[in-house]
Amino acid sequence: MCRLLAVTSQEPQSPMMAIHALNVMKEGHDGSGIGLFMADLGGDFENFKGIPILSGIFSEDGIAMLDRFMSEQAFPLRHELSIHPAKEPPPGTPKRDCYLIRAYDYPASWSDLSDLEKGHRLMETRVALRKRGEANNCMMLFSFWPDVLMIKEVGDPLTISSYLGLDRLGLKARIMLAQGRQNTNYEINIYACHPFFIEGTATMTNGENTAFVPIREFLTSRKNGGYIGYQSDSEVFTHILHYSMYHLHLGLEMYKHIITPLKDEELGRHPNGQWLKLLKQSCRPLIIDGPNCVMGCLPDRTIFMVQDSKKLRPGVVGGRPGLFAISSEMCGLDAAIPDRNKHDDFQPMKYDTVSVGPDRQEVKRWNQWEPLHHLH
Amino acid sequence: MESVGTIAPSTLSIKDLPWLIHWSKEKCTLCGRCTAVCPVKAIELGVHRKRLLQISLGLEEKPSNIHAVYHGIRQKTEVEYACIGCAMCEMVCPNGAIGPIKNEEIDKLRFHINQGGIPRRRGGRRNDPRSVLDEIKFIRISMLTDPALDAGRHEFELRTLLGRILPPEDLLRVRDQEGWIPPVREIYPLIIGSMSFGALSPNMWEGLQMGVAYLNEEVKMPVVMCTGEGGCPPRLLRSRFIKYVILQIASGYFGWDEIIHALPEMKEDPCAIEIKYGQGAKPGDGGLLMWYKVNKLIAAIRGVPPGVNLPSPPTHQTKYSIEESVAKMIQSMYMAWGFRVPVYPKISASSTTLAVLNNLTRNPYAAGLAIDGEDGGTGAAYNVSMDHMGHPIASNIRDAYLNLVRIGKQNEIPLFAGGGIGKRGNLAANAAALIMLGASGIQIGKYIMQAASGCLGSESDRCNVCNIGLCPKGITSQDPRLYRRLDPEKVAQRVVEVFQSFDTELKKIVAPLGRSTSLPIGMSDAIGIADGHAAERLSIRHVL
Repeated sequence: MCRLLAVTSQEPQSPMMAIHALNVMKEGHDGSGIGLFMADLGGDFENFKGIPILSGIFSEDGIAMLDRFMSEQAFPLRHELSIHPAKEPPPGTPKRDCYLIRAYDYPASWSDLSDLEKGHRLMETRVALRKRGEANNCMMLFSFWPDVLMIKEVGDPLTISSYLGLDRLGLKARIMLAQGRQNTNYEINIYACHPFFIEGTATMTNGENTAFVPIREFLTSRKNGGYIGYQSDSEVFTHILHYSMYHLHLGLEMYKHIITPLKDEELGRHPNGQWLKLLKQSCRPLIIDGPNCVMGCLPDRTIFMVQDSKKLRPGVVGGRPGLFAISSEMCGLDAAIPDRNKHDDFQPMKYDTVSVGPDRQEVKRWNQWEPLHHLH
Repeated sequence: MESVGTIAPSTLSIKDLPWLIHWSKEKCTLCGRCTAVCPVKAIELGVHRKRLLQISLGLEEKPSNIHAVYHGIRQKTEVEYACIGCAMCEMVCPNGAIGPIKNEEIDKLRFHINQGGIPRRRGGRRNDPRSVLDEIKFIRISMLTDPALDAGRHEFELRTLLGRILPPEDLLRVRDQEGWIPPVREIYPLIIGSMSFGALSPNMWEGLQMGVAYLNEEVKMPVVMCTGEGGCPPRLLRSRFIKYVILQIASGYFGWDEIIHALPEMKEDPCAIEIKYGQGAKPGDGGLLMWYKVNKLIAAIRGVPPGVNLPSPPTHQTKYSIEESVAKMIQSMYMAWGFRVPVYPKISASSTTLAVLNNLTRNPYAAGLAIDGEDGGTGAAYNVSMDHMGHPIASNIRDAYLNLVRIGKQNEIPLFAGGGIGKRGNLAANAAALIMLGASGIQIGKYIMQAASGCLGSESDRCNVCNIGLCPKGITSQDPRLYRRLDPEKVAQRVVEVFQSFDTELKKIVAPLGRSTSLPIGMSDAIGIADGHAAERLSIRHVL
């Protein structure tokens, strides 16, 4: 089972904070991979807030291809942080030429575009690059978005972070999603490693998604160029969230209603049951049916956690104003934020969604039985 | 053998018949029940000659023969009286003295069962025991990567939707504009398919209706059944139970005069309206109720004179194009109930299915599509239609589903599959396989007749006389002497038992696959088949 940790902090944190928490939870994962999502960046990237950051793994050919492509698309390079590991990789970890994080300015021709349109084009650019890189595996792109970067690799999280020198690079972030395992259900593929990202939205998941194929079919038939990949059955959780926010313009609470709708009999007793029933019918192919705990980050820097409709996976949220964490295990939370009031810890159950907003002042709990204040 | 006269081309011996009557002289008490019950009068009292050898003691008299007679059973060999293998004789015999045995040889009757130039007509099934559905296995078992669910203790929501479902974007827009949201019914995914009042006896129909009502109101399973073409008894139309009924309209429009006149007095809306364009058992052919079964009651409900053949045209005669045929009829039927009742077409599985389906995707009123495969049953059809016309359901439903996936409408137009589901008894497994291939629900007819009322039909051409009103179980007869054999209460009880056991078996299939909160429609990663060509054709896993 994957081990997950989501952190939101007023002060920028080193990725090692999340890595150490993963390490504490290692008993429950096999140390086969690390996926790290960092947003609201501090450190070296603090000064590049408004421009997109590209992150991924590249071969030398891939960097040349990237340079050509970005030059053609008129993205001026502003800042680069690259890791060229000199040492031999740890056993099981492939030898890579370069882990690359670059900040680009927008092309001048985009200046009149809305933020939404810019975001869409960034996604299309990332997908185009990813497709170019797939031919000979020379580029693996994880994100291309303002104030966001991602690092993924095969191997034990702590060993990998020491191999890459994550503690020395000046990388810091106020939001981190960290996951400590490679996928188990398909062959090892770095694109199968959580968290997954699309247009400012990132999620990671515990547990198998048994309704994967019909959900994937539904998403891919939405004709959104970003709904690709699916090397992991968990990637659909990210795309469902994206679909509900970007296509349907619904809020986070409706994400819960879409992926784990109330039962028909329960809807009969819900104050907005009639509407929710229609939504359930309409979004029926997006109902998840496995043991899943989904943690993620929204474009507005809210972190959240939702549970499956049977609450078959663990999850706890706790912290103090200015610093909160959501963890799949209590020991992970203890490692990340030892000095907190544990009485305020909360383990969401099957109807709950918990979130910590960008102000990082409190944990908001939202129960599926609550009336919808405004019908989105 | 005499040289002339008594042997005609269609003179058959018992060995030429498909079913041979085995009778035991020692056990027979000559009670006559078998000859009385035989629906086709295949057996009669026989007077047989016997020879006894008489040997006296001593040598004075020579041994001699005594010729005498004994009474017993004789099987007729005339074409019109050929045994149909129903085995009612065996059922009524107090001593187990008689019963039919399938001829091991291919019978000769088939070459002669067109006397008077009329090809064989019959009811029943295609009589092919093979089923690709039986070969599909459920291979994606949850164990360690995710926990298997407990079929007995977890909560399951195995419902399906019947109705045009708006895509999420449209739903939000229509709600904001306070527009029309198509009616959608949440029903149990196993539906009792269209069998008309007329094709079925009143007792059978009553039993089915009572079972369906009990399932809804006591067991809380939203099971529905379709009327078939033949209207609906007036009292049922005006009762609250009509909400469990799908009314069918077909090319003969039988019974619709009564239905239209009942509209102002209906307390509830029907579940849905099914427009029948085709039927799997005899694709391209219309419905047929033969004159034997058109008694006064049937005639009154259908609005026709009694005692005449009621052949429906193969197509709806007032329409001439797919757009008209489908769009206008669907909208007309919506209008009849104020756009509150889903209306969907039923077609026979065909290589042209996708053309119909694509047309429906462009029709915002189409509430679904029922597809009836070649193994569908019927009350009356030409043998050639039943045996040779039609398309198997598995690949047809898969093609239809994947076509919907390609255009992104897989949740908007539910597909219902029928035709031979559970024909070898594996109802839940066949149904689950079709659901995972893309069906939203399953329609059954023959299975419920076999399981709920003891229909004798098998896949070996047994009985199959549904067409002439002689059903020995009283299931498809309109003769009160026959249908009073069937107790509607017991039929209802069996209907409930069938659905309850199906429900348990369906849970036993989906729980190990890790599914419980929604019907696993299109969960094709869960199924596999050993036949590589079938796997490729159905886009499922090839497993050996």
